[in-house]
Amino acid sequence: MKPLMEVKNLKKYYQISSREGNKKQTLKAVDDVSFNIMKGEILGVVGESGCGKSTLGKTVLRLHEKTEGEVLYGGRDLFSLHHKEMTELRKSIQMVFQDPFSSLNPRKKVSSLIGQPLRIHNAGSPGEINGMIEDIMNEVGINPMYKNRFPHQFSGGQRQRIGIARALALNPEFVVCDEAVSALDVSVQAQILNLLQDLREKHDLTYMFIAHDLAVVEYISTRIVVMYLGKIIEVAEKDELVNNHTHPYTKALFNAFPLTDPHKRAEKKKIVMGDVPSPVNPPAGCHFHPRCPYAKAVCKEQYPPLKEVAPGHMSACWLNE
Amino acid sequence: MNSTETLSNNSVNDTGDLIPDESPFAEHWHQLKRSKTAMAGLIIILFFVLVAIFAPVLAPHDPVIQNMEMRKTAPFASEYILGTDDLGRDMLSRLIYGARISMVIGVIAVGIALFFGIFIGLISAYYGGWVDKVIMRLVDIMLAFPYILLTIVIVAVLGPSLTNAMVAIGISQIPRYIRIVRASVLAEKENDYVLAERALGASDMELMFRSILPNCLAPISVQATLGFGSAILESAGLSFLGLGAQPPTPEWGLMIASSKEFVTSAWWIVTLPGIATLLAVLGFNLLGDGLRDILDPRMKD
Amino acid sequence: MDEKKLLSIENINVHFNTRRGVVKAVRDLSLHINKGETLALVGESGCGKSVTAHTINQLIPMPPGVIESGSVMFRDRDLLKLPLKEIQKLRGTQISMIFQEPMTSLNPVFKIGEQLADVFLAHQKMTKKEAHAKAVELLDLVKIPSPEKRAMDYPHQLSGGMRQRVMIAMALASPEPGLMIADEPTTALDVTIQAQILDLLTDLKDKVDMSILLITHDMGVVAETADRVVVMYAGRKVEEGTVFQIFDNPSHPYTLGLLNSLPSNEKYSDSSRLEAIPGNVPDLLSLGEGCPFANRCNYADDSCEKSFPHSTCIEEEHNIWCHKADDVKKTKGPKS
Ligand SMILES: Nc1ncnc2c1ncn2[C@@H]1O[C@H](COP(=O)(O)OP(=O)(O)O)[C@@H](O)[C@H]1O
Ligand SMILES: Nc1ncnc2c1ncn2[C@@H]1O[C@H](COP(=O)(O)OP(=O)(O)O)[C@@H](O)[C@H]1O
Ligand SMILES: [Mg+2]
Ligand SMILES: [Mg+2]
Repeated sequence: MKPLMEVKNLKKYYQISSREGNKKQTLKAVDDVSFNIMKGEILGVVGESGCGKSTLGKTVLRLHEKTEGEVLYGGRDLFSLHHKEMTELRKSIQMVFQDPFSSLNPRKKVSSLIGQPLRIHNAGSPGEINGMIEDIMNEVGINPMYKNRFPHQFSGGQRQRIGIARALALNPEFVVCDEAVSALDVSVQAQILNLLQDLREKHDLTYMFIAHDLAVVEYISTRIVVMYLGKIIEVAEKDELVNNHTHPYTKALFNAFPLTDPHKRAEKKKIVMGDVPSPVNPPAGCHFHPRCPYAKAVCKEQYPPLKEVAPGHMSACWLNE
Repeated sequence: MNSTETLSNNSVNDTGDLIPDESPFAEHWHQLKRSKTAMAGLIIILFFVLVAIFAPVLAPHDPVIQNMEMRKTAPFASEYILGTDDLGRDMLSRLIYGARISMVIGVIAVGIALFFGIFIGLISAYYGGWVDKVIMRLVDIMLAFPYILLTIVIVAVLGPSLTNAMVAIGISQIPRYIRIVRASVLAEKENDYVLAERALGASDMELMFRSILPNCLAPISVQATLGFGSAILESAGLSFLGLGAQPPTPEWGLMIASSKEFVTSAWWIVTLPGIATLLAVLGFNLLGDGLRDILDPRMKD
Repeated sequence: MDEKKLLSIENINVHFNTRRGVVKAVRDLSLHINKGETLALVGESGCGKSVTAHTINQLIPMPPGVIESGSVMFRDRDLLKLPLKEIQKLRGTQISMIFQEPMTSLNPVFKIGEQLADVFLAHQKMTKKEAHAKAVELLDLVKIPSPEKRAMDYPHQLSGGMRQRVMIAMALASPEPGLMIADEPTTALDVTIQAQILDLLTDLKDKVDMSILLITHDMGVVAETADRVVVMYAGRKVEEGTVFQIFDNPSHPYTLGLLNSLPSNEKYSDSSRLEAIPGNVPDLLSLGEGCPFANRCNYADDSCEKSFPHSTCIEEEHNIWCHKADDVKKTKGPKS
């Protein structure tokens, strides 16, 4: 089966001015990342904040221009499409954002927010569009009665539903959910996760699900990518990754994740590791080595290749050798 | 939860229920009502606007007709309530028509400055890069001239007349609007909703004018209110220098200019238009400051 | 007051007079913290956790805030009746507070070593040099690597996790730390850093005899650090117990719902549908006298809308406030 999206050696660098002087420095937000997304998959992306998850999500949708590499969607390179073709393609690739407060234009009514994609892509006459808006609102669980209200009148969860409605208005195939439930309270988070699951089944969607919360990613994904300082350090099918992760960073992540059972406190290993280094001048060799309890000499010199350690399970660590 | 949630009409907050309705406008209006200075400003402005609109009804005399028998009559001494000027024209009527002219000056000057300021500022901030650099350098150059000098140069080039004075004032105010619009667009542009709408396929024009601009109106309206006041003042200044309105137009600045030699002999001819100008400008400044406090707390000094 | 208790809040009511009406942020809340224990105050955002904390050290802005009734006894003194001067003396010495965003509570123009030393100088007689040495010692205590060097840094030069450690060090700088109020101390941090900060807090609590009021919305944080737990919903206390009682035998429908909403709950290991609590948190403006959870509760009936329930004791120290306590017990089964 051909993948829905192929990401090949994608790089996204930012030029930033350093604190001292005007010297420009390169920040490698996404650094040589390759992976495929199959149709129907939910690809989870986890990692600490600043590791480049959002940049990756936005770049594969060409919301940012790339620095290098390719993103093939249905075999076509997104970055070689002309403006018109890209606008057309936007119908099938969509995004749900983290912040339900800043991602909805505060001056627009709900009907105009959800109707915008329909209007841009000439989905029908004003009357038809109106009908579609009501259908979508029903589907995501917002009473259509409220379509003339402004976003600030809704709670966080309801706003996230509006954001989802807008992303799904054009019946996309592929949706990037960037921390789509991170800003919500747990009880509401569960509702939205259920909604995303329902919509996926109903509309046959493929998700790239970005989150820093391992529990959420573990729950929803079928395959998981772990990122560290702009690079993929481990990727595998969900169960494989949860049970047999090999990279020390993945281990640390799983270990750091808060318990759900106070009885297990005693068993829990304490983690001692410093903070995430600056992505501007990442440590030489394996970027993780200063925080890694197993670091060897080679780790300080060379970046480990992403190697298959089990079928479909790749890991970038010298310990795998 | 199922997707068709029940509609709840009772008082209990259910899934479908919303935070009680309050439009941003209503909220701002409420705050405005509590600010004494802003309300004072608003009342003064309303007064002048009404006077301007109903000038023909309110004015007891024709503002340009001279009554040579009644030159320089003092206020409250005759049928001319506020007296007459050196050519026997009714002061009150001239002041009333002067309000009309001042309001028109404000509207046109601010209109010109707003139109170009918004357009250029928006493009500069939205596209960034060299477009932004070039525009900002030009703005810097314009701002390097003393403001009134710039206005005078423009009028001098266009030729002295009231219309040209308005145009000149408008043009020399443009850089301020560019700066303000640019600053707020730069901030607004960072919000996720811009990216979200781009992801939906929205064009640059749509993003600039329909998404971002409506969110930048607060600082712009503050500047426009303050700009209105300063336009009135500028135009009085230009007329005083003979570069604006020409006699016998009942323009306040011109009234002051053409009667300055009577300061000692007939104080009211000079003083009354001065007071009118002062009041109008004060009104706009009070309202502008009040609006700034409400709409744009960051700009507070 | 009971010997064991460090702080005891009785029946406080806090409301805010806003233009849209009276926001009843905290209603009839009582809780106590024993010496040397960590009490977790959990609940979703807006349920009144921070307001409760701010009531303790009198940080509620008045107006619009009003503390209607009740008492806050701390070491035999009612904080609500103390003059402001006395409260200010307590703040930062016997009652310290750390916040979600440490940057806002550190002064950006002073080196962190200086800021720490100032705390010592304010309360104790010592030379500047001694104070600095003490400051470095504290930075070491909160496990900041190379503390001598870090003491010379300005707050912006530190990462979020390091800043939070500095805040904790500040709280420990006073001669007699009694209560530390930690308001969402790890919410802004990554999990790897969060785990370390939580460990640090637990370690320190034993080292320097103090109690912690840990405010969080994260049940995971509770499971890791708390001794006892108070669950709040819409300004009310709905369940209270030891951490084991709460996790082993959650008895209020809201607590049950909260734990069931967690995707990390073991029952979802096959990615089955989450049992979400339907609906949204109610608007505090339009709350009646009834149980605020009634409109989202599966067990609710008319009686729930009418009045707020009295407490039901599940076992010693474990209480819930629910009209339907018996129904919940029957249907919930032995352990969820
Ligand atoms: N527009 C930008 N300019 C400069 N640096 C950026 C920009 N956007 C993101 N970055 C940097 O890129 C890195 C990755 O950011 P991001 O993708 O947002 O991380 P994540 O979503 O994993 O938290 C961060 O170090 C961030 O500071
Ligand atoms: N200064 C204030 N003015 C008006 N309402 C307030 C104020 N502070 C808090 N509130 C309200 O009190 C309620 C509880 O807030 P808070 O204690 O901050 O919640 P949380 O549990 O998230 O910490 C909220 O509904 C909030 O809107
Ligand atoms: Mg992100
Ligand atoms: Mg809070």
